[in-house]
This record gives sequence, C-alpha cells and structure tokens, in this order.
Amino acid sequence: MNTACGRSLPHESALAQLTGAATYVDDMPLLAGTLHAAPILSPVAHGALRGIDPAPAWALPGVHDVVLARDIPGDPMLAAFAHDEPIFAQDTVQHVGQVIGLVLATDVMTARRAAKQVRLDIEALPAVLTPREAHAHQRYVLPPVHVVRGDAAAALQTAPHTLSGSFEVGGQEHFYLEGQIAYAVPHEQAQWVIHSSTQHPGEVQHWVAHALGVPLHRVRVECRRMGGGFGGKETQAGHLAVWAAVAARKTGRPVKLRLDRDDDFLITGKRHPFVYDYTVGFDAEGRLLGLDITQLVNCGFSADLSGPVADRAVFHTDNAYFLEHVAIHSFRCQTHLQSFTAFRGFGGPQGVIAIETILGEIARHLGLDPLAVRLRNLYADAPATPGLTASGRRDTTHYHMRVEDNILAPLMTRLAQTSQYGARRQAIAAWNAASPVIKRGLALTPVKFGISFTATLFNQAGALVHVYTDGSVMVHHGGTEMGQGLHTKVAQVVADELGVPFAQVLVSASDTSRVPNASATAASSGTDLNGRAAQFAARNVRQNLAAFVCGLDGCGAGEVVFQHGQVITPAATRPFQTVVGMAYANRIQLWSDGFYRTPKIHYDKTTLTGRPFYYFAYGAACTEVAIDTLTGENRVLAVDILHDVGQSINPALDIGQIEGGFVQGMGWLTTEELVWRADGHLATHAPSTYKIPTSGDIPPHFRIELWPEANREDNVFGSKAVGEPPFMLAISVWEALRDAVAQARGDASPVQMDAPATPERVLRALRP
Amino acid sequence: MKSSYTHALMPSPLQFVRRGAVVTLENVPPTRTLLQVLREDLGLHGTKEGCNEGDCGACTVVLGERQGATVRYRAVNSCIRLAHSVHGHALWTVEDLAQDPLIDRSGQPLHPVQQALLDHHGSQCGFCTPGFAMSLFASYQNRVCQGQAMGRAAAQADLSGNLCRCTGYRPILEAAQRLDQYPAARVDESALLQALAALPPPASAESAYLAPTTLAALLRARRHHPDAQLVAGCTDVGLWINKGHQQWAQLLDVTRAAELQAATIEPQDIAIGAGVRLSDAWHLLVQDRPPLAAFAQRFAGLPVRESGTLVGNVANGSPIGDSMPLLIALGARVVLMRWTDDGPQGQIAQRELALEDFYTGYRQNRLGPDEILAWVRVPRAQTAYSAEHPSGEWTRVYKVSKRFEDDISAVCLAMRLQIEGGQVKAVRIGLGGVAATPLRGRACEAALTGQTWGAEAVRQAMAALATDCEPLSDLRASADYRRTVLGHLLWRGWLESQGAQAWPLHLDAPDPLLALAAHPEGQP
Repeated sequence: MNTACGRSLPHESALAQLTGAATYVDDMPLLAGTLHAAPILSPVAHGALRGIDPAPAWALPGVHDVVLARDIPGDPMLAAFAHDEPIFAQDTVQHVGQVIGLVLATDVMTARRAAKQVRLDIEALPAVLTPREAHAHQRYVLPPVHVVRGDAAAALQTAPHTLSGSFEVGGQEHFYLEGQIAYAVPHEQAQWVIHSSTQHPGEVQHWVAHALGVPLHRVRVECRRMGGGFGGKETQAGHLAVWAAVAARKTGRPVKLRLDRDDDFLITGKRHPFVYDYTVGFDAEGRLLGLDITQLVNCGFSADLSGPVADRAVFHTDNAYFLEHVAIHSFRCQTHLQSFTAFRGFGGPQGVIAIETILGEIARHLGLDPLAVRLRNLYADAPATPGLTASGRRDTTHYHMRVEDNILAPLMTRLAQTSQYGARRQAIAAWNAASPVIKRGLALTPVKFGISFTATLFNQAGALVHVYTDGSVMVHHGGTEMGQGLHTKVAQVVADELGVPFAQVLVSASDTSRVPNASATAASSGTDLNGRAAQFAARNVRQNLAAFVCGLDGCGAGEVVFQHGQVITPAATRPFQTVVGMAYANRIQLWSDGFYRTPKIHYDKTTLTGRPFYYFAYGAACTEVAIDTLTGENRVLAVDILHDVGQSINPALDIGQIEGGFVQGMGWLTTEELVWRADGHLATHAPSTYKIPTSGDIPPHFRIELWPEANREDNVFGSKAVGEPPFMLAISVWEALRDAVAQARGDASPVQMDAPATPERVLRALRP
Repeated sequence: MKSSYTHALMPSPLQFVRRGAVVTLENVPPTRTLLQVLREDLGLHGTKEGCNEGDCGACTVVLGERQGATVRYRAVNSCIRLAHSVHGHALWTVEDLAQDPLIDRSGQPLHPVQQALLDHHGSQCGFCTPGFAMSLFASYQNRVCQGQAMGRAAAQADLSGNLCRCTGYRPILEAAQRLDQYPAARVDESALLQALAALPPPASAESAYLAPTTLAALLRARRHHPDAQLVAGCTDVGLWINKGHQQWAQLLDVTRAAELQAATIEPQDIAIGAGVRLSDAWHLLVQDRPPLAAFAQRFAGLPVRESGTLVGNVANGSPIGDSMPLLIALGARVVLMRWTDDGPQGQIAQRELALEDFYTGYRQNRLGPDEILAWVRVPRAQTAYSAEHPSGEWTRVYKVSKRFEDDISAVCLAMRLQIEGGQVKAVRIGLGGVAATPLRGRACEAALTGQTWGAEAVRQAMAALATDCEPLSDLRASADYRRTVLGHLLWRGWLESQGAQAWPLHLDAPDPLLALAAHPEGQP
C-alpha cells in the first residue's frame, strides 16, 4: 500500500533551502590551508601557444602557485570518450576561454586578478566559427551519420508537393544558478576527496584518477546537491574537478575552484546550435511522403558528448510522426568555440524542432490547419508501403523501433478540446483582422521522447538501503540531486516499500565510495533507474524482516503487511521499530543492496537499428502568442499543457519539471541568444547580456494537466521519466510565433526565421 | 594601490543591526562587498553568489533604513553593494527570517514567505531560493503589512530582479499572491528604530570609506580627496570591482549627505538629489507623468533600483543607460556643486547644465575634479495631450530589448511634444543605444516642430530620425534594426496619441480571447 508515492510531498530539502541551511559546495567550511584557484583563459579562438609568462601574476601578494599542463602527473588529456581534450591547453588554443592553467592564491579575488596578469604568447591562426564553414572544410569531431529508410529521393520526385528550406537554431547556456565548482582535498596514502557540483560523480572520479595516475579507489567524489544542472554538470563538472585536483596534487593543499559567472560562460559547453537544410514531399492533405534533411551540428572544438547528442537529434527527427521515406544526414562539425555539451533534451529538441517547423510550413503552404496536418502524420496502425517496416504498419520508427505505447492521438485531441483550440483559432483570425499592429498566433504541438540512455550500458543503477536499530532508514543511490526531486521520489519509493512514514527515510549525499560505477543522472532516467534499485534494496530488507516475523508468528511471507509504520501478520501487529530491534537481536541483516538494469533495450551502433528506448513519454502544448509588427517584440499569452508522466510518484514535483522545462524551452526559442563576436569571443557571457526568462515572462494563463494513465511498461510505481520531455513542449511557442508572423503577413509563403525569435528576427521575418 | 589604504588609510568601523543586536566589524576594506562580508567574514552561507553582477538576485538581502519614525525596507543585491554602505541600517539575510527576535511570527516556526514558498513547491535546486525569499520579505513589509493587495503584477514587479532556472516561476508567483493568508509576522519597528538610533553616523574624517552626512562636508571631502572614487549605489562600480578587479585606496559615498537624500516636487521642477535611490526617483517621476510607469518598472530589476541612484545613472553616462534619453526629452538639467574658498569659511558654488550638454564623449562628461553632480532637475508635466484635447504635452518613452524585464535597451526612444491646437509647438527627442552618448534627435525635432501632429509629419520625422544617429551592430541588435525600429517607435507614439492599442499588452488586463481558453469541463 502506498502512503508516500502518489502524494505531492515537498522537496526533501525545501525547508533547508528556505532557511538558508542547505549546503552547496561553496558553503562548506574550508579546511586550513585551502588555496583558491582561478583559471588562465585563452583570449584567442585558435592559435599556437608559444609561451606562458606567469611572472606578473607572481608579483601580486597572496599568489601561491601557478599550475600548468606540465604539472599533470598522469595523462595530459582528459579521460573523455574521444580522448581529444587537453586538461590544460599546451601547444595550441582552440577557443576563447580555453583553460591554460590555474593561479592559486590565498583568496579568490587575488587569484582571479592574478590570472588576468599572466602573459600569453599566442600566434593567432585562422579560426572556424560556424558549422557551415566547418562542413565546407570537412572539419568534424566525429564521422558523419546517415540514417536512411525507404527511398527519400524517389518519394520526393513523385510527391505532388515539395518544399525546401534552411534554418538555424541557436545554442543555449544552462545558466544553473550555482556556477561550476570543485573542492579537491588531499588525504593520506595518495587518496583524494573531491567535493563537486556534478551530475556524474563516477565520471569525475574516473577523470581525476586518470589525470592523477592513480587507481579509481584512491578518489572519492561527493555531491550532496547541485544548484541546478540541466546537463551542464554532466561532463563539464569533471573539468573543474580535474583542474582542482591537479592543483591540490601539486601543492599538497586543499584547492577550491569556483568559476566567476563570466568565466563559466566562456569556458563551459552549452546546448549544440544546429543548421538544417531540408526538402520535404507531401500530398494535398499534408501527409509526409518523403524527407531529406541535413543537420549540421555545431560541436565546438572537441567531441565531448556530441556523438550521442547528434544521434538523439537523429532519433527525434520524427518527433511523433511516421517518416516513410527518409534520409537524415548528421554532420558533427568542429568549430573553434566552447565544446557544446549535454543540455536537457540532449539533441532531442534539435530533432523535434526540425520536423515541427517543416510541418508548420506544409500546413501554411496548403492552407490547412496545422493541428490537422500533425494529427494526420502521427504514428498509427494504418498500413505502410509493403515491405518497408517489419510490421507493415505506420508504427515503426526510422531506426526500426516499434512505437507500442502511442497515446498521442487521444492526448492531442483532448488538449485541443480543453484548450478550445478550434474556437480560439477562429477568434484569433478575427481579432488579427481588426488589429493593425499587434497580431496573435496559436499552435498545438506534441512531443514523443524516448526514455533510456541510447548507450545501453548506462542503463543500470545500484542502491543501498540501511535500516538502523531505531527504525530510521538511510538510502544511498548512484543518482544526484540537482533540484529535480530525485531524492524525494526515491525516499517515497523506499518508504512505501518498507511501509514506514516518508519522514523516516533519509537519502544521503551521492558518494562514489557508497555506490560505485553509477551512471550520470541524465537522460531523465534518475528515478527510473535509482528508484528501482532502491526499491529492490528495500525489498530485500523487507523480505528479511518478513521471514523473521513469519518465524515468530508461524505465517507465510505473503501474509505479512508493512504499512503505516507497522508490521502486520495474521497473529500480531508490531511497530516497525520493534520488529527491527528484534530482528537485530536475532542477527538478521538490516541493510541490503539493490541493482536494476533496464529490460528490453538493445541498439546496434553499426546498423543504427534496434530498441534504444524502453518506452516513450508523451505530451502536447497549446500556446498563444502576440507579436508587435512595429518592433518584433513578442509575448507568450497562454499555455495549456497535457503531459504524460505515467502514474506520478509526486505530482507537485512532476508539474514542477513540466513547468520549469517549458519555461526553459521558451527561453531557448525567444530571449536566450548566444552571440559570438567575429573573433570568436562570446559576447553574451553574463546575465546582463544573456537573458533567461523572468517571472514577468510567464503567461497569465499557464495550465498543466497530467495524462491519467500508468506507464504501459513495468516501471517504478508505473511512473514515467519527466526531466527532459516537457522542454520540447515549448516548441509550441516557436510554432505560434511563426503562425503570428504568417497571419500578420497574410500570405502562405514560408516563414523564414532562425531561433531564438528575438524581436529583430521576428521583425525581419515580417518584412523579408 | 592596495597597500596605500592598508598603511595610510584605515576604514572606520562598520556597524549595522541584525537580529536586534549591533554587529560591529573592524578593518573592512572599502571595496569589500556586502556579500563577501556575509559569506566570508560572518560565515553566513545562506546568501548565494550567482552572477556577482546584480543580475540574478541569488544574493538578495533586505536593508531597513530609518526614515523619520518609520523603517524603509529595501531588497538589494549584496554582491554589488559595498559593505560600508549599509552602516547604520538594519540587515536581514535568509537565515534571519525565522530567527530574528524582532519579528513576531504569531507563534509560527517559519516566516510567511518561507511557509508560502514551501507550501507551493517554490524551490527546486534551492540556489535562487534565499534571494526570492528575501525579495518577498521586502514585499511583505512594503505591501502586505501596509494592507496593500499583492496581485500578480505586484509579485512580478517585486521579483523582477530574481532569476530562477528550475521552477518556471508559477509556484513562486502563487506563493507571493497568498502571503496575506498566513498568520502575520510583524517587525517590532519601535525596537528596531531604537537600535538604529543608537548607531553612530558613519565616521568620515580621513577614513578609507568617506561618507559625509552633510552637503558641505561632502563637497569639502570632494575637494580635499580628489582621488577618492565617487560612489553612490554602486550598481555599476560594483561590477568594476567584481569583474574589472579595480581597487581604490579611498571611496567617497555621496548618498549620505542629508540634503541630497531629498526628492521634491516643486512648482516648476522635480528635484532629485544624489542620495535618492532609483526606485524613489522613479516613484516621483511616475507620479508626475503616469504613462512612464511601465518604463520605470523595466529599468533594471527592483534590487538594482533599490540601491542605484538616478543621479549616479546620469553621472555614469553609459550610452545604454535608460534614464538619459527620457531625461533629455523632458528637458532635465543637472546641478553641479563644489566647495570654494570664497567667504570666511568657504561656501558652495554651483552651475547648471542641460543634461545633453553634460556629456562630452563615451562615458565622459563635464564634471570637474572638485565637483559633485548633486541634483537632477526635471521640468514638471503639463496637461496631457489627447486626440480629444489636442493641446498639451505628449510624453512617451519606449525601449526595445530581447527580454521585457531587466534588460538593457537595444534602442530607447523618448519623446516630449508640446502641442497646441494640433500643432507641434516644441519637441524634444531623446535617443539611447544609438551612439557613444545619449543623444538628442535634433533633425527629428526640426522635422516635427511647427507641423500638424499627424501621420504625414510623423513619416517625415521618421526619415529625419534616421539621420540623427549612427547606430552600431552589436550583441543586442544590428544597426539596421536599430535604425528601423527607432522610426517605428516614433510611429508607435503617434498611434498611441490617437488612442490606438498600447504595447505592451498589459498582463493584468482582462483578455477576452484568453477567457476562451478556460476549461469547458472544469479541472480534470
């Protein structure tokens, strides 16, 4: 029986956060002798690093040391997948803001001041700053990927209608409120403790051990919580940890590295910008017949996670639609910019926005309602061209996975009803006809998002559940808390498994010495993986206790009920704490591990086929916007969302993810513009110039509804993952803005616009 | 430079009231920020550093200033506020809300702002949360405790300087609007005022942080310490310190001179002294000209307006500052003052300049090394023009930026026309974001002057406006866009004067179309 799961319990840290008592890495008491680090940054996008003269830095009182590549005891390259990133730039610099070394000082402001004094001798070389330029020179961080089904070229030739177009979608800075930070502390016998604000303590451990040339067991990484992650602390936290650890190794002293916000912008990766060229063929009803699309992915100077990000963009180029004849060409372009990295959606949004933009153009071209065109193209059971898909039906993706759990037709239909989509389209058309300057637009778009790491091996998790003799419960698991409420949900699952009150369960800081080899808390998978592992661990303890009371009461294990803090058998009802005490006295094991690996998934990287996802999460959003045709300024006026989280473990947390994801996506597509100068310097490197949404940008009408159906796959509590999918609901903002532009123009020609839709871009789209 | 103050100049003790008791800190360097003092010296880690430039609000704390028999509560960014500037004030951080013995929480364990945020799931990662709690604490004191409604627009206005990346704000806005439904929490203001009154004024003589409390003392200090860096609210100087790593041996704070803390509406002018915070200055300007309200609210975020001063904004003279185009259009003048040796004890000399004549180049102006920009004088509003009453003043100011709130203008256009019987008798156009300094649009003014206020004249003025400036392309907008939009903003002003729908769509205005979005079947 569930008394914790399904309830909107507050975040486990909320009270501490509200009273200033929640500790982040920068809040930890400093050990005596701690040095503060600041990075030495390349001011040049591409160049030969001829010399480094740290003497001017040394001249400042309080400067303790300067750490450079030669001080790295192990491999001078980071232990990243592609092994293509130096820890500190050594012979060449590859982007403005690349870290060349650290200055250590007794206080952080002295370190920062001194780092700017270091004299760098760099011979500037030609820099490649755009993916088109990189593609023209075939500069890639990884080989291109082509996914083909059917015969797109033939389909385009015979299609009654075709459209071609190009557009660009910008990157996005994570803007976690807590900037990147690491605190490296030397311990006895060549051991290291790293306090890191990281989504992936295991990788931080791996990277630090690799750089220091020590086995993994010498490095312990701990993270109690992050002040936001969003993918930005998946690999990027590792860099800081390695830098701090190398400095701590050199000096033998604790080293804290907390980036200034401007440096964080300059150094760390962001969401990948994409460039698209497409040709699409369709019939008179807007049904997709053939699609050929090229995606130029701006990866920055190194591979980082660009391979799987670009892959996920390919996987999600269908979004919710059956692409019968399709050819997708994905080029992973190398530029002299920050190395673009994971960001909520992980390439998914860049795939989804492509097909949604194309469908919007098709509807406009044909004069059809875009929602009708979208519904018409959804995955369905109707027959496909014989022999094209294994099932012979329009339910198989271009990577050969059957879509078995599709709920989008009823979900979108219901949202269209509850949001009054049809009536509002008519009302908006009439309103626009009478409004010369302000014009409105409306769009309803779906999302179908594949859940699982596409790299199958990462879909595993471990946990430990400890029951102490007073009945209190401690949970350790491999996931990390970045605000999403993972620890809250895991505690809810464990509380119900043991039948104890939620308040009796505590989740510890993430720690590589407790649960080893944990995957990143990423891909929305935190609760699916760690919740299940913790549930299994708790179940083992419960079974031990059940077997014990069965022995006392002479009943079967199936007859023992754990609920409301009681252990109930047909013979007796005992408080949980009493049973635990008795079990301890009888030498019963009161703690256990749990391990989970996601079933059913497999994926062949060589043939690009398989079932990379355990299931799909679905949702749809209906968004109304207004634009000012004099300036291009725009506003989101109303948003209705119907989203599928399965059976919610915690509706308040899930709604928080949906709303937060939507608003973050809205920022990506409206106000959040990354601008690099012609010399490769990021001009938008602080919140003064890079504008995430404020509370004033939130639409007055903003309503979220949860789809009332449990996950059809066997998942913890029947829930579905929720971190990333809602981000893509914001593509309805993009389509509504394009609708408003088209309505203002009053013609059916394509809306040529790049994202984000800044006032300038909207105005240009209005007057092409 | 650092050594000069450590050896030659010592700062005076810094004292403020926290939790009803006096906190005294010795040897706080003059450029040390309040956030550094809180986190590093006092170990108060509840207040966070998010951006260190006053744009994210994670470091928000609340100050209580004695104003006669009342306390003025201000939410400010502690990261760009100099520690010495809070001398003599009360200070609350997030740790204090449920701990301050001077707050009677009606027996509740948490302050209403904390309980409301908890109940509405207003925190996720929690890093911005202390800042939101403190902004809401100021709202609670300034609105809820004053019996004012805390509607959605008020909540958005009060939270305009706080960024959250997790929640999407909806739960925070809902919590803000329900603060009055919790058991009251009251600050014992008489006890607080007593504690504040007991603090000595900031010491001024020969300190590393000079904060004279009279105009004469301020001008004398300026004369005797010409190398001391002038500071007011430090909302820009704070960035020079945090990001530019600048240090000075001595600072001269102009905000403590009692005479300059006044902002008054005189028969001809509104006079705003150098110690007047932007929020208070805008309050008066909006009182005189209500159509400026939306623009005033978009001037930075509230915590910046609660620290920065209008005079400081003008003296700083940034080409992208938003007050200057408006003040130029309104015909504002600046009053520069200095101390002279004339007379037996010396005396104050002053001169007055039109604002547009004050600037000589990029961040350069006519302020002498012994002078202080003491006052800005803004001519008062006249009867408003409307299509129905075609004689009067037509004043509008528009800014265009990527984000509606708390963003820097790509372009800013301010217009003030004096119209008589439909004829433009006089006009002043102020332009921002289009040159190295704030500008007057003189060609545009010439094109309008003497014309009938109508579409034809406005079209010609738009063409003239394009010749008034040479905008640049930068991260905020292209030169083309800026030039085009300036003209369009003039056109918007004309449309609005004829009663056309005003932009922005007001968020609290009832919207018949959005009513359609209501659920036909109620909540699921």
